Amino acid sequence: MFALGLIGLLVRRNLLFILMAIEVMLNASGLAFVSAGARWGQADGQVMFLFILTVAAAEVAVGLALLLRLYHRFHSLDVDAASEMRG
Amino acid sequence: MEAIFYIAAIVAVLATVLTVTRLNPVHALLYLTVSLLAVAVVFYTLGAPFMAALEVVIYAGAIMVLFVFVVMLLNLGRHTVEIERSWLSPGAFVGPAILAAILVGEVSYLLARSGTLTPPVAEVSPHQVALSLYGPYLLGVELASFLLLGALVGAYHVGSRRAQGRTTVGSRSDRTGLASGGDLVRTGADRPSGAA
Repeated sequence: MFALGLIGLLVRRNLLFILMAIEVMLNASGLAFVSAGARWGQADGQVMFLFILTVAAAEVAVGLALLLRLYHRFHSLDVDAASEMRG
Repeated sequence: MEAIFYIAAIVAVLATVLTVTRLNPVHALLYLTVSLLAVAVVFYTLGAPFMAALEVVIYAGAIMVLFVFVVMLLNLGRHTVEIERSWLSPGAFVGPAILAAILVGEVSYLLARSGTLTPPVAEVSPHQVALSLYGPYLLGVELASFLLLGALVGAYHVGSRRAQGRTTVGSRSDRTGLASGGDLVRTGADRPSGAA
């Protein structure tokens, strides 16, 4: 599932799909933590999943706010539209 | 119990594949919700019932609601009615409904046979998780609260209307975007090449 999320992140150019792929990747890593914790009977895996849940919630809040700003500015969700920064 | 685990895992992988490959964002959101629910069933079969509940409440509940809000917020243009009609076509709901029906069947089987089934792995109870969370991981909890506060303030600042007046008016892509009309599913195919 992590590989699927990574493929989705690399292939799609729509910011909404990129955020969804990031969600898939975070979820897959959480699944790995919980299954490892179940394998060895430790509670640490579930604690790590709680932290991953926190990170996902924070990430999706900021990411969707950025998405709204990108859409209001460029009227498109294409991430290539925002590649105008000159350094 | 093991069969339920494998069926839920297959449903999760299938729904994730369909999430990544859909072109319509609402279809992808439906499949992503089904994928998260399937992962919740997997958590339950792995002996983590509290994490399964959190997965449903926070991931499939709160985060998916945020996604749906944003998708609906972006579609305030003239095409809204046609887009809405195409989304409400029955074909869009068949796939997620079948996958969700499989999960409902599994959960009802688990509820009917509760107590008689033995989990394949030892259950890690929420009590142990709480003792570990507020024992050795107390610093992590504080850091998580800092992270959530930072995300709250950051999302408010980025999304606030007041900061919107500072954007440069009349930049090139701004004009082209306005001319062609905003559309959620358009991925910039008609934007001029070499805009930079």
